[in-house]
Amino acid sequence: MKNLKLRTAGMAVSAAALSIALAACGSSGPAGTGASADSATMWGLTGGDQPVFQASIDSWNKAHPDSAIKLDFFANDAYKTKVRTAVGAGQGPTLVYGWGGGVLKSYVDAGQVDDLTGFLKENPDVQSRYLPSILESGVIDGKTYALPNNKVQPVVLYYNKEVFDKIGAEAPKTWDELMALVPKFKAAGVAPFSLGGQSKWPDLMWLEYLVDRIGGPEVFANIAANKPDAWSDPAVIEALTKIQELVDAGGFINGFSSIAADSNADQALLYTGKAAMILQGSWIYQGMKKDAADFVSSGKLGYTPFPTVEGGKGDPANVVGNPSNFWSVSSKATEEQKKTALEYVKDGMFNDENVQGLIDSGAVPVVTGIEDKLAASPDKDFLTYVYGMAKDAPDFTLSWDQALTPAQGDAMLANLDQIFLKKITPEQFASTMNATIGK
Amino acid sequence: MSSTTTSPQRALGVEHAPGTRRTLEKGPSGWLAVPALAFFMLFAILPLLGVLFLSFTRWDGLGEIKLDGLSSWNTVLADPVTGNALLVTAKIMFFSFIVQAPISLLLGVFTAASQKYRAALAVLYFVPLLLSSAAVAIAFKALLDPNFGLGPGLGLPFLAQDWLGNSDLVLFVVVFVIAWQFVPFHTLIYQGGVRQIPASLYEAAQIDGAGRVQQFFNITLPQLKYTMITSSTLMVVGSLAYFDLVFVLTAGGPGYSTRLLPLHMYLTGFKANDMGAASALGVILVVIGLALALFLQRLGGKNRNASQLEGA
Repeated sequence: MKNLKLRTAGMAVSAAALSIALAACGSSGPAGTGASADSATMWGLTGGDQPVFQASIDSWNKAHPDSAIKLDFFANDAYKTKVRTAVGAGQGPTLVYGWGGGVLKSYVDAGQVDDLTGFLKENPDVQSRYLPSILESGVIDGKTYALPNNKVQPVVLYYNKEVFDKIGAEAPKTWDELMALVPKFKAAGVAPFSLGGQSKWPDLMWLEYLVDRIGGPEVFANIAANKPDAWSDPAVIEALTKIQELVDAGGFINGFSSIAADSNADQALLYTGKAAMILQGSWIYQGMKKDAADFVSSGKLGYTPFPTVEGGKGDPANVVGNPSNFWSVSSKATEEQKKTALEYVKDGMFNDENVQGLIDSGAVPVVTGIEDKLAASPDKDFLTYVYGMAKDAPDFTLSWDQALTPAQGDAMLANLDQIFLKKITPEQFASTMNATIGK
Repeated sequence: MSSTTTSPQRALGVEHAPGTRRTLEKGPSGWLAVPALAFFMLFAILPLLGVLFLSFTRWDGLGEIKLDGLSSWNTVLADPVTGNALLVTAKIMFFSFIVQAPISLLLGVFTAASQKYRAALAVLYFVPLLLSSAAVAIAFKALLDPNFGLGPGLGLPFLAQDWLGNSDLVLFVVVFVIAWQFVPFHTLIYQGGVRQIPASLYEAAQIDGAGRVQQFFNITLPQLKYTMITSSTLMVVGSLAYFDLVFVLTAGGPGYSTRLLPLHMYLTGFKANDMGAASALGVILVVIGLALALFLQRLGGKNRNASQLEGA
């Protein structure tokens, strides 16, 4: 009898352990990165900028062996989860890579990142090197908590010129033209649009641009300001309806909801000619330059602003995307680490070598006075296009999932996914999202 | 007799025969369990209590932890996604069991025999056991890609389905991939179980004129009763813990189609940053796991300790 009880208990215990093991693997957070306790640390993203960041830190470490920085890279989606857990546990890196917006605000509210206003005042050179509008994105309640660290990232409509030539089409200038292209491409056996739907944030680019073109930037400004029922704005409903019409028309590639953007499968569909167009950030140019050099250098890659919507209020020059990425300095770092980090930001980041490295990778650094360098680049067409797009935009809206609080952002992406899958109506989306306002 | 030396009885100075006998009756000293218990307390019970506590709070993972009564529980229980996650979990559990149990039983019986070719095949069957879930998921994600995967690569339209993007198909694809990974493990358990069955039982049956099928149903299956219970418990309770594979393969999508309870817990905690609600989900997960494990143990019946080998 006793043996029996023991076995039951043993089974129960192992079952519990199973579940707990699962819970624990989430909360255990970042085990040490292997950095020695006194050197400053930095976490970056894999992808286009990775070699540039690496080169910048390598040469910094060579020149400053006493204040070396340890750099680690993570994939985008995984990084967003990891860094937050790490920062919450007081184990974040000295230099925290971020996007500004709601996530930065949550760090500020929790006292996890340092106020850099004083640093900027002491170092006017640092302040003056940035495009002012972009520096603004690191400001919360009048204080600077994050400094831009890489490139402007407007969302661009890319297209495959070869595929367009095949059916004799031109890049769409209006939404109606865009919809008219859908059946033509389908008849030619090409998917009109590629989309990394599993990652969910590429879905958002459609909503962001459509809402801006239909209702102007004020619509999202109201949402971000937590105005009641802001999601029920007619522009949001119309934008969602248009998205579902495009889904119904077969505008997105077969299987879009299982394509992950982190693996660059979405851009591969464009340069392999399986899809004619893709709406994505300017950063995928770096990826395509690397993975499909011939496609890019032979001029087969086209790019154009997001089409206008008839009767829409938004300025067609408005841009959505990320003004830049940012470094924040962890308030939990030691004084020594902070000193190293800020010295790097001052002298190592955006020095000539770093700026040139970014340009060579196919990106536009967020600093002033680079027109000549852009014009001298083999990618000058795209780079000057992106630079002009960002500089001349009457409004540059930060990606909504970064602008909102993490809870709101996550709910928005989950519900938008449901819109693309046609599981909910635009009205259901609006009422669900209205319920998250203020959370 | 080594157990007596570490036993508390020793301290009482009881060295004569009756004391020794009593120690023997009680089995090895309870102190042997101390290291395991200490680890269990530290890494299982304490975190569990922590999770229970967090489920009554509101916490975004960054700021202060605020006591908030039952509000996390209300959020979780009122959220239709939780109900859906339970349903998806139950479906995966059911289909995984239905698919895996017969296949691994048959494969186990097949590989238990001593012929050389069976041993060679067994080695092949066990290969998936060597791969990590994440690697399996990444491989299948690439193979099943509707644009660059196996189907388009080989020009087979049937294989070019939208396996992971179609809400109706994806559940079965997940069940298949889980089975692909875990059938070898259960096959191994059954193989061991079958090899324990005394050959004399089969010899006796042959003399009585029983055929192979009769032998399978009247000897092999009954003899494997406890192996089946062990394997089933692992399958059923284990399906509460499918996380890594599904996370990498589908990330719970499309929509909520494969958002299992553990995945829902993770996404609530680490994507939506609602640790309170995620903890409540964690508690639900533990309770369900315990209940299932207890239930499966009951299935063994009252005389589960009785020998199966009487007369063998």
